[in-house]
Amino acid sequence: MPKIKIDGVEMEVPAGITILQACELAGLEIPRFCYHERLSIAGNCRMCLVEVKPGPPKPQASCALPVADKQEIFTTTPMVEKARKGVMEFLLINHPLDCPICDQGGECDLQDQAMGYGFDRSRYHENKRAVPDKELGPLVKTSMNRCIHCTRCIRFATEVAGTEELGATGRGESMEVTTYVEHALSSELSGNLVDLCPVGALTSKPYAYEARSWELSKTESVDVMDALGSNIRIDTRGAQVMRVLPRLNDDINEEWISDKTRHAIDGLRYQRLDRPYVRKGGKLAEATWDQAFTAIVDKLGKLEGGKIAAIAGNQCDAESMVALKDLMAGLGSPNIDCRQDGAKLDGPRGSYIFNAGVRGIDQADAILLIGTNPRWESPVLNARIRKRYLHGHCPIAGIGLVEDLTYPVENLGTGPATLRELVAGNLSFFEKLKAAKNPLIILGMGALARSDGAAVLALARELADKLGAVREDWNGFAVLHTAAARVGGLDLGLVPGEGGRDVEGILAGCEKGEIGAVYLLAADEIDTKRLGKAFVIYQGHHGDAGAHRADVVLPGAAYTEKPGTYVNTEGRVQLARRAAYPPGDAREDWAILRALSERLGKTLPYDTLDQVRDRLVRVSKSFAAIDQQQAGGWDTFGAPGPLSDAMFASPIANFYMTCAISRSSRTMAECIASREEFAQRYLARARRMG
Amino acid sequence: MASLDRTARSFLLSELVGGFLLTLKYMFKPKVTVNYPYEKGPLSPRFRGEHALRRYPNGEERCIACKLCEAICPAQAITIEAEPRDDGSRRTTRYDIDMTKCIYCGFCQEACPVDAIVEGPNFEFSTETREELMYNKDKLLANGDRWEPMLAANLHADAPYR
Repeated sequence: MPKIKIDGVEMEVPAGITILQACELAGLEIPRFCYHERLSIAGNCRMCLVEVKPGPPKPQASCALPVADKQEIFTTTPMVEKARKGVMEFLLINHPLDCPICDQGGECDLQDQAMGYGFDRSRYHENKRAVPDKELGPLVKTSMNRCIHCTRCIRFATEVAGTEELGATGRGESMEVTTYVEHALSSELSGNLVDLCPVGALTSKPYAYEARSWELSKTESVDVMDALGSNIRIDTRGAQVMRVLPRLNDDINEEWISDKTRHAIDGLRYQRLDRPYVRKGGKLAEATWDQAFTAIVDKLGKLEGGKIAAIAGNQCDAESMVALKDLMAGLGSPNIDCRQDGAKLDGPRGSYIFNAGVRGIDQADAILLIGTNPRWESPVLNARIRKRYLHGHCPIAGIGLVEDLTYPVENLGTGPATLRELVAGNLSFFEKLKAAKNPLIILGMGALARSDGAAVLALARELADKLGAVREDWNGFAVLHTAAARVGGLDLGLVPGEGGRDVEGILAGCEKGEIGAVYLLAADEIDTKRLGKAFVIYQGHHGDAGAHRADVVLPGAAYTEKPGTYVNTEGRVQLARRAAYPPGDAREDWAILRALSERLGKTLPYDTLDQVRDRLVRVSKSFAAIDQQQAGGWDTFGAPGPLSDAMFASPIANFYMTCAISRSSRTMAECIASREEFAQRYLARARRMG
Repeated sequence: MASLDRTARSFLLSELVGGFLLTLKYMFKPKVTVNYPYEKGPLSPRFRGEHALRRYPNGEERCIACKLCEAICPAQAITIEAEPRDDGSRRTTRYDIDMTKCIYCGFCQEACPVDAIVEGPNFEFSTETREELMYNKDKLLANGDRWEPMLAANLHADAPYR
C-alpha cells in the first residue's frame, strides 16, 4: 500500500487508485466534470488539477494519475487555485449565460463549481460558439450550446448502456456530441444520460420547464415497474409527482434506473380512479364508499367461500396482499393467487428468488439465460450482466428467443428440448458451465409461465444440481421475475389453498359459472373476457382492463401514494414511502380491505400500519429484515413431467407498457411511436439500398 | 421664588401667547403639505410600489419562468407555474402575486435576470375587496403596459448605481 501525503497529511491508500480517489478518501472534494466513478477515465475536462511532487513543475489531472509511493499532493496551493480558475474561465468562454432558462439550474455542477472557481466578469468579447441541437428522441432534450465536452454521455452509452450511438465529431472548439445519423436513442437506460450530464446540455424532455429543483419535496422510495426494486427518489410538488431519480444502492441498481421507472410517472395523472363506482344497468355509476361496500356485502354475503376467488396484481404492496389473504381466509375461500401470468412457482423460497443476488452477477463466471429477455424485463439488471461481460472470462448463453441484449449471447436453442439436451450434457456449453466456478442460471418467466412450467423448473433445478451451482458459498439458481409484487405474494403464500383454484382455475370456473365473485386487487393482466358472469370487485388505482369489467370499483393508491413493503426478485424486503396522497376519495389499499372486512363481519385484526406490518412478519419471517437479502434455502421443487415443444418467449412484448401506470403514460406512448418511426425509417432505407 | 415665577407666568398666559406666536410665524412661511390627491410628493426612481411584468419593445413578454423571484420572496407571495410554449420557449402559464402577503422588499426585482418583474411607482392600488389584490399574470402584464414609460425611465435612472 503506497504511503502518500495529501496537503501535508500522511496516509496509506490502496494501490492502483487514482489521486482523485485518494483525495476523496482523505475527505477532500476535488472539482471534476468528466470523471465519474462508474465510467472509464477520460481526463478531458482538466478541472481536477492538483500539484504532485515529485513530478513535472505543472499541475496534473488527478483523475487520470495513479498514486505512487512517497508522492506529495497539494490541492490548495496558489498554483492549483490559479490553474482551476483558468480551466473554469476556458469552460465558460463558450458556455451560454442562460442559467435562468436552463432546467439544470439549481443542480448544475458547472454552476456550483463556478461559484468556487469562477471569475465575476468575462474577459472575452467574441461571439460564443453556436452548436445545432440534436434530436435524441422523446426522453432526452438537448441544448448543445451548453455542452462542455466531458464525454460522460458518450462513455455511458458505450460502456454501461451498450448501445454505441453517441459519439463526438470535430476537435477542440468544433467538437460536437452527436448521433451522426439523427435518430432516437434505442437504449432503455437513456434517462440516465440526463443525470450524468454535469451541465444542462442533456435535460429531461417530459420534465422540461416543469419545476425547479428547489421547489420539490424529496421522498426516498422503491420502484415497482419491474421486479428489481430499484431504489428511487420521488420528487413531488404539491400533490403531483414531478420526476423520479435513482438512489445509490450498489446491491441493486448502482445508480441507474430504467426509462420506464423514470418516465412512466405521468401515467399517475391520467385514468385515475378517484371515487368508488357501482355498476347499475350495465354502466358504472359513481357511488359513495358506503354504497360500494353495501353492493359487495349484498353479493358476497350470499356466496359460500368456495365460490369466491381473489387475484392479486403485479404491483401490490405486501400489506394489501396480506389483508386480502386474511380476508379470503375469513370468507372461507381457498381460491387465491398472485401469479397472474400463471408462473408455476409455489415451492420453497429458494425456488422463486434470484438467489445469487444482483451482486452475485459480478462474481458469476458463466451465465445461462433461460426464457428471459433481461433487457426488457429489467434493463438495469441487464446492464449489470453487461458489466460482468465487459470484465471478461464469462461466457453467456441463452435458451429461448435471444434478442440483442447489448452483449454477445450464444443462442443454444429455443425451447425446453434444448434445456433437456443441456441437462443431459449433450451441448458444448454444458462443459463451460461445468468448468465455471460460479455458474449462474437465470430463469425467466418466459420459461415458467406456461403449462409445462413446473417441469421446466424441475429441469433447471436438476441442471443446477449437476453443475454444483448451489453450494454453501454460492447459489447460482436465480429466478428473474417481471412483477414487483410476485416474491412478496409468494412469501405471504398467496397461492391456492387446499382444493383451491389458481388463476387459470378461477377463470375457467368463472366461465363455467362455478365461481360467483372475483376480487381483483389491482389485477389487470388477466383475460377479463373470461370472467364470464362472475361478480367482479376491482380495487386499484387506474381505470384499466380490470376496472372496465368490474361490477364494483374501489379506488386504491398507486405505489407513490402509500407506505408499502415490496420484495424484489432477490427476496430483499424494501420499504416504499408515501410521496403524495391518492386523488379524491381513493385510500390506501390495506385500509380499504380492513374497512370492507368489518362490513362483511370478518373484521381483520389490525387497525394501524404497524399492526399490519407485525402481521406480515408473523406470516413470513422474511419481512422482519428490511433491506437485506435472505437466503432462500434449497429443497426439492418443480414437478418433472412432459415438456411441450413451444419455444420460450419473454412475457414482455413491449417494454414501455407493462402495467396500468405505464399504459396510461403519454411519455411511454411517445417512446413507442418514436421506436416505430425509427424502425420504419430503417426499413425504408434498407429498401432503398435494396 | 420658583413658585412665584411659575404663578406669574400662568396668570399672564405666557404659554398661550407663545403658542399663538408660533402659529402666526408659520402663517408667513411657505407651506409643506400637498393637496393630495390633486398634488403629489416626489418619488425616487427606486420607489417600490405596485408590481408590473414588463415586455420587450416588440411585445414579447420578458419573463422566462426562471422562478428566482418565487424562490427569493421572503413572504412567499409569488406563485409561478411554467411549461414550454408552442415555440419551445420557456414561459409561465401562471404568475400570481398575493399583494396582501407582499412586503414590498424589492427582492423580486433584484433577483430578476431580465428586468421582467419590477416594482413600479404606483402606490394607489387600494381595492374594495381582498380578492382584487390577488394579482394574476394578465393584471401584472396590464400594469406593465400601462406604466412602461415610467418603469423604463426609472430603470434607466437607477442603472448607473446597479
